Amino acid sequence: MPVALVDCNNFYISCERLFNPKLEGKPIVVLSNNDGCAVSRSNEVKALGIKMGEPWFKMEQMARQHGIIAFSSNYTLYGDISSRVMATLATFTPRQEIYSIDESFLDLDGFPAHTLQDYGQKIRRTVKRNIGIPVCVGIASTKTLAKLANHCAKKDLAGNDGVCDLGQLDEAQRRALFQSLPVGEIWGIGRKISESLNQLGIETVEQLRAADPDFIRKRFSVVVERTVRELNDIACIELEQAGTPRQQILVSRSFGRSVVTLDDLKESVTYFTTRAAEKLRKDGSVANSVCVFIRTNPFKVNEPQYERSVVVPLMQSSDDTAMLVKAALFGLKHIYLPGYQYKKSGVMLMGLQPKGVTQGNLFDEIPISDEKSDSRMKVIDSINRKMGKDTIAFAGSGTRRSWAMRRERMSPNYTTRWDELVRAG
Amino acid sequence: MNTPRQRHNPNRPGRTPGTGPYGEITKVMRIPESVVDQVATILESCKERTFLNKTKGSVMLPAENPTPASIPLYSHRIPAGFPSPADDYIDQRISLDQHLIPHRESTFFVRAVGNSMIDAGIFDGDLLVVDKSIEPVHGHIVIAVIDGELTVKRLIQQNGETILRPANARFKDIVLKEGQELSVWGVVTSTIKTLV
Repeated sequence: MPVALVDCNNFYISCERLFNPKLEGKPIVVLSNNDGCAVSRSNEVKALGIKMGEPWFKMEQMARQHGIIAFSSNYTLYGDISSRVMATLATFTPRQEIYSIDESFLDLDGFPAHTLQDYGQKIRRTVKRNIGIPVCVGIASTKTLAKLANHCAKKDLAGNDGVCDLGQLDEAQRRALFQSLPVGEIWGIGRKISESLNQLGIETVEQLRAADPDFIRKRFSVVVERTVRELNDIACIELEQAGTPRQQILVSRSFGRSVVTLDDLKESVTYFTTRAAEKLRKDGSVANSVCVFIRTNPFKVNEPQYERSVVVPLMQSSDDTAMLVKAALFGLKHIYLPGYQYKKSGVMLMGLQPKGVTQGNLFDEIPISDEKSDSRMKVIDSINRKMGKDTIAFAGSGTRRSWAMRRERMSPNYTTRWDELVRAG
Repeated sequence: MNTPRQRHNPNRPGRTPGTGPYGEITKVMRIPESVVDQVATILESCKERTFLNKTKGSVMLPAENPTPASIPLYSHRIPAGFPSPADDYIDQRISLDQHLIPHRESTFFVRAVGNSMIDAGIFDGDLLVVDKSIEPVHGHIVIAVIDGELTVKRLIQQNGETILRPANARFKDIVLKEGQELSVWGVVTSTIKTLV
């Protein structure tokens, strides 16, 4: 079963350049939340030797010297462009797995093998023309190999013009290619496993491909064994289709500045719970417990450190923001200690189940389906969808939000706000 | 001497079912011994709102916090008079979105700035609907990239020349030089003016 992995090149950078062509050819980085470190780099920045995750304060000197332009992450923009790319890719296959914001697997089962390289080109051209985002395409018989093929396409190690179909290589070419690739390039082989493999003398992709799967399972795990089989064209990892419901929903952010009071923490926890509850309802799920956590800044080694989390079970699974906030704040009060400089808080909704199949509680006074709560949440969601995030918010989430994320270098929301559209003279 | 109560069945001892303090037939429930206390506490706490304290008399009091019961409104009308002659001809209302945006994923809105296209009816502040999926050809009004800036002009391709032509006599043609590649960002498919 041939499968393709389509991956957007330097996705966040490409989104910024799409609406600001002046940035073409210039060194630019996109910074993480709170403008902390580089999460996307243009090729020009990579050439300067700046690593992924490098903190901004460390590269500021270099930035001045080389004219590096930095952006705060504009997830509203990236999210919209991502959904356009994914919808466009969906027209090329009956089965698609959206793997991340900028990667998607496409099932190409049934397509004649000799046409796949051209088909990959067509995918690449269409996304570039219709959306303006450059992508690379890797095609192979398994997901692990498709990932590897994509890497080869991107680095121009095999295939041509950003498309690499491993099926076009004969056994000798394939062996030569795999011998040149370090084992750490394989999907799912992290740094630790990679080091252990090296100690066993397995340093290249080719060596892992030739390894005995049973030995690998005993020595490592069934996951690594599966990787070995996938390298040998035996598909072990199924395509996951959209609609696989999430197991938990996490919303957490570092604060723009550290926070001391319970009131500020309460605001942030209320705000994060509200966001999480919106996602929960969008999935059509309910949660049976809420986990809250707070922590100080581990990088400030001279300050007293504190970190705690607590899980608050709910009497009845719920998707009602008010109910979830109540539980989250109850938990927060239990773990909060005064006298610390808090840097981060977060909320995780757990025990998710589809709404409508929840187990009732024998002695419960709350009815399983609460029509009043449902219609209240529906109204709030639809107003916020129509008139913008936070048009209606819980008062507890605050209006000042002095803890809010720092995003000082944000580009306009070119595609989601009438007053921020791109301009042409 | 009291007269014995009438029994519904002489072979069965006890009171006639349904004549006790609850005014109806009662039922025995089994619960594990370990939770007896818990259940008792829960029942006690619920007493206020249940019928347990309103027994004795058989008068049913209205609940203090009644749960609203919704009764479906009859949505079927009883046919009377003539059916609407339009019933068989109902069509979807026409949608401006569908009309202006045949390709949802590749369509972007762009705000026009300046006066270079006024003779083509594009004024400062107009909203341009731009479709990136359309192959630009001679005569299209396009969004092009010139020196890193987006510009809206008419695309002219004739006699081997590529020109971006303004629709305003006071502006000059932008002629692409040899080797200079034309970069079209998208094709303008409509312009929207707000009058009021």
